[in-house]
Amino acid sequence: MATLARLQARLPGLREECFRRNRSVDEHRKKEYKAAVKIQSWFRGCRVRAYIRYLNNIIIIIQKWWRGYQGRRYFRKMVETAYFIMKMNFYNEMAVRIQKRWRGYYDRKYTHNYYALKKYLEAISVNNEIVRKELNEYAEMKEKEKKKKDLEKKEKEKEHQARKMHYLLSTEQIAGIYNSPFSKSPDPMELLLRKSKPLSHSQQPAKNHLICELCDWSNCTRSPTFPAAQPLPPIGRQKPQGPFRDTAEVLRQRYKPLEPTLRVAASINSLEKAREEIKREEWRNRVHDNEFLPFSSYHKNEKYDPSIHRSGKYGQETYGVKHFREVQPKKWIADKDFQTVLPSIVLFERFGKTYSRTGQIV
Amino acid sequence: MSQRQVLQVFEQYQRARTQFVQAVAELASRSQNIEPRSNSGVMALLRPLLLDVVPTIQQTAALALGRLANYNDELAEAVVKGDILPQLVCSLSEQNRFYKKAAAFVLRAVGKHSPQLAQAIVQCGALETLVICLEDFDPGVKEAAAWALGYIARHNSELSQAVVDAGAVPLLVLCIQEPEIALKRIAASTLSDISKHSPELAQTVVDAGAIAHLAQMILNPDAKLKRQVLSALSQIAKHSVDLAELVVEAEIFPVVLTCLKDSDEYVKKNGATLTREIAKHTPELSQLIVNAGGVAAVIDCIGSCRGTVRLPGIMMLGYVAAHSENLSMAVIVSKGIPPLCTCLIEENEDHIKAAAAWALGQVGRHTPEHARAVAVANVLPTLLSMYMDAHSSEDLQVKAKKALKNILQKCTYLPALEPLLHDAPPNILKHIVGQFSKVLPHDSKARRLFVTTGGLKKVQEIKAEPGSLLQEYINTINNCYPEEIVRYYSPGYSEILLERVENYHPVL
Repeated sequence: MATLARLQARLPGLREECFRRNRSVDEHRKKEYKAAVKIQSWFRGCRVRAYIRYLNNIIIIIQKWWRGYQGRRYFRKMVETAYFIMKMNFYNEMAVRIQKRWRGYYDRKYTHNYYALKKYLEAISVNNEIVRKELNEYAEMKEKEKKKKDLEKKEKEKEHQARKMHYLLSTEQIAGIYNSPFSKSPDPMELLLRKSKPLSHSQQPAKNHLICELCDWSNCTRSPTFPAAQPLPPIGRQKPQGPFRDTAEVLRQRYKPLEPTLRVAASINSLEKAREEIKREEWRNRVHDNEFLPFSSYHKNEKYDPSIHRSGKYGQETYGVKHFREVQPKKWIADKDFQTVLPSIVLFERFGKTYSRTGQIV
Repeated sequence: MSQRQVLQVFEQYQRARTQFVQAVAELASRSQNIEPRSNSGVMALLRPLLLDVVPTIQQTAALALGRLANYNDELAEAVVKGDILPQLVCSLSEQNRFYKKAAAFVLRAVGKHSPQLAQAIVQCGALETLVICLEDFDPGVKEAAAWALGYIARHNSELSQAVVDAGAVPLLVLCIQEPEIALKRIAASTLSDISKHSPELAQTVVDAGAIAHLAQMILNPDAKLKRQVLSALSQIAKHSVDLAELVVEAEIFPVVLTCLKDSDEYVKKNGATLTREIAKHTPELSQLIVNAGGVAAVIDCIGSCRGTVRLPGIMMLGYVAAHSENLSMAVIVSKGIPPLCTCLIEENEDHIKAAAAWALGQVGRHTPEHARAVAVANVLPTLLSMYMDAHSSEDLQVKAKKALKNILQKCTYLPALEPLLHDAPPNILKHIVGQFSKVLPHDSKARRLFVTTGGLKKVQEIKAEPGSLLQEYINTINNCYPEEIVRYYSPGYSEILLERVENYHPVL
């Protein structure tokens, strides 16, 4: 009981004590709490940091190995490329040397071949010489032709002159001008005169026609050779006095063209000529001249001349004309024909029986 | 009675007309009788006579008109203005051959003066009628029609095209094959006039098969025919490579070379023109000509002619040499340079000299060998003098300068360069000194010669701006010689020496 009383006596103070303790604890709670948190956080941080440090170390090792590996790989690649480039450069160098030699050789031999060029130029000069020679020959030939033509023309001129002046020929009595009695031999003109035939006047106009024809014809400078108008009667003539007919009429009648009759125009033997013409034509159109005579009496003993087609041994074949089917009686077994069972074809029954037997003697 | 009187009056009138027209035609054939002003009335008088009943009068009237128009272009214009052409054209188709010839003569006489008159003829529809005349049997009519067409087509390409559109070309090709020489000549000349204007027209002529016939006629002995044929072929070949190849395929080489030896000057000229037109297109064609010996023939041709006739030959050599150095060497080997030099010196005309200068430049510009060949012929001083001469035309000066420059840039033949040092103007001098500066460092004999001929002295006297190319060349040359020599030859050295003498205190 006493404890109870003591407890009850302490009771009001308990509440206060309780409040006082809680309060004091509360006052320190935050502080303690914060301190605890601080301690815990620091410790956790330590732990985590240790962990991280540990991981870092591990990672560093891994990364170190990995980077080393990558670097070595890269280095290896670089070395390979450098080596490759070095080799290629070397090859290029060598290739350049080869190509240099080859191109020089090829160009010297084929493209800019000095010797070929020289030969070509020599060939050209030789060819030129030939061409020049030929052209000179051609020119000379033309010159000669021209000279010949000129000479011939001069000769012709001279001859023409001689023919025109034929009257200057010297006679027995009178010496002509080209045959002076004081000179030993006559002039060559004299000899020419002796040789030439005198010129007749009617031949002269024909010469000049051709020369001017070519240029004048096209330039229309020569007057054209038109058919001139009909000549008209002279004007102003006095009509003659007296019972004369008109001059124009008279002239017309006088110069009227002849109009002969048929009898006059035809020749004397025109009838016979026409007959002969007809006969000739008939003879032309006939095949042969044997007259057509009637049968039997005239041709009794005449042998028939076959035409060429028939007279050769390659004449007509007998097949199709004399016989139609080949029949070889020697090969027959029996004389009688086959006995027919079925009705035969009517046409074939008549084979060999359509004509009389006299035709088979052939 | 009265009927006879009437008849007599008519006959008198007819005779008067005939006399008048024949007299006019006669007088018109002599040019001193024609005076333009007084004769304009003649047109009005002759015009109704063209429609006369009597054929003789018609023909003589046409003849008279033709002769009048032929003489002078004013009269030709009067013919056109007098409306005579349509009548002529209408009656051309119906009449006989003498009238056709005379009418074609009138058309030709009118058409030859100027393009406007030719246009007037085309506008009145004369071309179709002329083409119909080309089909006529009489060769004189064909010739007159072809001549008229040729004169019309000559002026410009539109008129040529009109002639071609009228269908003249196949008929002309047929005319060429006719046996009459005059007709062949005229037909060839007409084809030449048609094809000279443009490549399409030339192609039309080629399509009608003209080349084969023209090529056959080169062998004909008649000189005038050859002129026309060669001219026609060269007008065809000049337009393009294909046409030139077609002409060459007709196997004209080496026959054309015989034409270059013909006695007629113009045949030679036209032959050279033909080879020039073919050679100028490509190196292959030039090669063909060289292989056929064409260069030798042309060179002989140049040597034998004088004057303008030489010009196409000179140009041909220039074209051949311009294509490649092998061809240029071929020209040199065929002894082409001496005739060119003589042309340059002898000829009076500036354009021929210019062509010769150009050709020499083309020959010498390729390699030092070529330049040496040209320089040895002693042609450089001539070129220089032509360049410097104030009387030469501008064209000649320009060409001479270019040729000189081209040759000098490759020339290493020093003896030929020496004389040029003394007279050349600065722009040429630069090249000469440049060449010296290239050669002298390597050749001791040349150096010695250079000094002894006074070249070094001359080089010292040249004033050049420092830093210019000329100065560099001069420095190079000076570096080839020891210093004392250079100073010895420098201008004013004697004064310097004398000054030194003056300033010298004698050592007693």
